Amino acid sequence: MVRDLMDHKVVPVHAGTAWYYFGGITLFLVGVQLFTGVLLLLYYRPTVAEAFDSVRFIMTRVQFGWLIRSIHSWSANLLILSAFIHMFSVAFTHAFRRPRELTWLSGILLLGLMLGFGFSGYLLPWNQISYFATKVGTDVAATTPFAGPAIARFLRGGEDVGAATLTRFFDFHVLILPLITFALIGLHLALVQKNGMSTPSGVPPSKLAQMKFFPNFLLRELMVWYGVLAVLGTLAAVFPWELGEKADPFASAPAGIRPEWYFLAQFYTLKLIPSHVWIFEGEILGLLGFGALAAIWALLPFWAVERYGASRTRLANGVGVFLVFYLFVFTLLGYFK
Amino acid sequence: MRAPAILFLLCGSLSGAAAVDSCVTCHSALEEGTKGPATLIKNDVHIAHGLSCADCHGGDRTSTDPEVSMSKAKGFKGKPARTAIPAFCASCHSNPDFMRRYAPRERVDQLDLYKTSIHGKKLAAGDANVATCVDCHSVHDIRPVRDTLSPVHPLRVAETCSRCHSDKAKMAPYKIPTNQFAEYRTSVHWEAMTKRSDLSAPSCASCHGNHGAKPPQVESVAEVCGTCHVLYEQLYGRSVHKPIFSVAGGGGGCVVCHSSHGIQYPNTKMLVGSTSVCAGCHEAGTPQSNTAAQMAGWIDGLGAAIKQSETVLATAESSGMEVSEAQVRLIDGRENLVKSRLALHSMKPEELRVPIDAGMAIARETLQAGQASLRERDNRRYGLGVSVVLIAIAILAIRSLIRRIESNPSN
Repeated sequence: MVRDLMDHKVVPVHAGTAWYYFGGITLFLVGVQLFTGVLLLLYYRPTVAEAFDSVRFIMTRVQFGWLIRSIHSWSANLLILSAFIHMFSVAFTHAFRRPRELTWLSGILLLGLMLGFGFSGYLLPWNQISYFATKVGTDVAATTPFAGPAIARFLRGGEDVGAATLTRFFDFHVLILPLITFALIGLHLALVQKNGMSTPSGVPPSKLAQMKFFPNFLLRELMVWYGVLAVLGTLAAVFPWELGEKADPFASAPAGIRPEWYFLAQFYTLKLIPSHVWIFEGEILGLLGFGALAAIWALLPFWAVERYGASRTRLANGVGVFLVFYLFVFTLLGYFK
Repeated sequence: MRAPAILFLLCGSLSGAAAVDSCVTCHSALEEGTKGPATLIKNDVHIAHGLSCADCHGGDRTSTDPEVSMSKAKGFKGKPARTAIPAFCASCHSNPDFMRRYAPRERVDQLDLYKTSIHGKKLAAGDANVATCVDCHSVHDIRPVRDTLSPVHPLRVAETCSRCHSDKAKMAPYKIPTNQFAEYRTSVHWEAMTKRSDLSAPSCASCHGNHGAKPPQVESVAEVCGTCHVLYEQLYGRSVHKPIFSVAGGGGGCVVCHSSHGIQYPNTKMLVGSTSVCAGCHEAGTPQSNTAAQMAGWIDGLGAAIKQSETVLATAESSGMEVSEAQVRLIDGRENLVKSRLALHSMKPEELRVPIDAGMAIARETLQAGQASLRERDNRRYGLGVSVVLIAIAILAIRSLIRRIESNPSN
C-alpha cells in the first residue's frame, strides 16, 4: 500500500503550490516537539518543589540541555505559527470544500490541541511569568457561561493554581493531548491521502501540471525542513529561551503580565471590552464572541462553498481577511500596549 | 397666642445651638484674625474624639451667654500662660484613666520626660522661650502624629524643630549652633526619609528624644547611633578608637568620623586620600595611616571584583545565558562587602580579612562562572555556524539531486 502510494501520489503544480509545504512543516515541527519533549522528560520533574530547578538543571548542567529546551520552546511557537498559516492557506484556497470537510474539521481540532499544548506547557517550568499567566488564563476560563467555574476547577485541580495544577497540566501535556493529537494527525493524514491534494477552485485538476510526491515533492519538503531546522537552531543559539524566576504564589503579579503571543489577540480584546455591556458581563460577552467566531470559522465547509453561491465564498474570504487582520493587529497591540 | 409660640421656637433653637457648642459658634462670628481657634479646631484630634474647647479651657459650652459660658464659676481657665502649658496638657495626658478612654496605647509620661529635658528644665527655671507642647504639636489644630500634616509626623518633625533651632536670634542666648537642619538636609538620613519614603529613617527626635529632648553626651553618642546601627556600635566598642574618642573634646564616638547631622554615604575615601578623616589624627606615613590605606584598598578591591563579576554575568544574561545560580551566589559576595565595611569599625585588619577573603572567593567563583557562560555562548554560536553551513550543504545537495532526477525524462 505504501509502495502504491509512493508510486501514484501526485502534487498539483500551480501558483499556490508553496502553501502545500506548510502542512509538512507543521508535521515536521510536531516531530521536533516529540523528540525534544521525550528528551526533556528524562530530567524534568513535575512538582512544585522541583519543576523550576529541574528545568534550570537541564539548561545549565545537562549536556546540550539548553539546546533541547530552547528548541522545544521555539519549535512550539513556530509550530503554532505554521499551523495558523496552513489553516489560512487552506481557507483562502477553498481547500476545505467537499469532500474535505472532515479534513478541515480535524485540522481545526488539531490547531486547538496545539494551543492546548502551548497553554499546558507554558506552566511546566513553574516560573513567575508562567504561574501568573496560567492564573489569568484559568480565570478567563472561569468566566465561561454556566460551566466556567467547573472548567476552572477541573483545569486547576482546585480553587487556585497550585501543585495540583502543575501535575494536571503535565498530564495533559505529555499524555492526554499527545494521545488525542496522534490519533487526529493519523486521521488528518489518512484523509489527505484518501482525497488527494486539493486544487484551486474553478480549475479542473486535469488542466494542472503535476509533480510526483515521491521523490520530487518530498525532497523539496526535506529542503524546507532543513531550512526550518536552521531557523530553529539559530533562534535557540542566539535567543535561548529564558527561564525567569521561580514562581512565588505569595508575590504580587509581575508588571505587564501577558500570555503567549497566540493568545494575545483574545487577551487584548478582553481588556478592551467594558466590564458590563447592556445586560452581559464584558468577559462573558467576549468569550461568547470568540466562541461564535470560532464556530463560524470551523463550519466554513458547510456554508462557504460554491453550491451556495459566489457571494458565500466571497463572504468566507472576507471573514478570513478579517480574522487575519484582527489576529495580526490585536496581537501587536497586545504585545506593545 | 403668638408670644408663647415664639418663646417655644426660641427655646428649641437654643437647645439646638447648645448641641453645636457655643464656643465655636461665638468665636466663629468674631472678626478675621481673632476667630483663629474656631477655624483651626475643625481638624483637631480632640474634636474628632468628641472633646471640645471647654474640655481644655473650662467654661460652659452649652450657654450662649459669654458671661455664663466663660465664667470662673463654670471653671473657665482661659488661655494658659506659656510656663503652664505642659501641666495644662498633662492634666489629661498624664492621666491614665482619662487617656484609656480615647487612646489606650498612648504613653502618659510625656510631662515627666519633658521635665528631664533641656526644654523642661529651662521652662522650670522661668525661661518661657523654650519649646512647650504647643510649639511642636501646634495648638487648636493638633493632629495625630501619624497624620502627614502633623508638625511632628516623621517627615515634618525636623522642619518643626528647625523653626526654633535654625533661628539665629532665638538661639543666640543659648549659644548653640543653628546649622543642624541645613546639615541634616544633606544627610543620608534625610535622603532615606524624603526620597525613599523610609519613615524609619532618623530625624531629630530619633537621636535626641522627643519629650525628654536633650543632646546625647560624648559617652552616649555611639549608643544612640547603635540603636539602629547595632553591629557597628558593637565593633566600635571593641576598637582602639572607643576609649580615645570617649575622652576627646567636642563630642566623641561615631560623630568623630561621620559627623552628626550631615552624615554622608560612607566610602573608603574616608580612610585614604585628601578627604580622609583618619588624616585628621594620623599623619601620612604613620603605621596607622598605612593600615587605613591598606584596609581601604582591600574593600575597594572587593567592590571592584564584585562589580566585574556583575558586569560579566549581566553580559552573559543579556546574551540569553542561564546564570541565575551565579547571580544568587554573588548576593553572598555583596553581603561580604557589607560585612567588610562593618568589620572595618573594629579597626583590626585581621578581622576585616575574613569577609574580604570570603567575598573575593565568591567574586572569583562567579566571575569564572560568567566567563564560562560567555565561552559557552561563543561555542554555541560557532556550533550554530557550523550547523548552518552543514544544513546549507545538505539543502544544496538535495537541490542538485532534484535537478538530476527531474532532468531525466523518465521522471
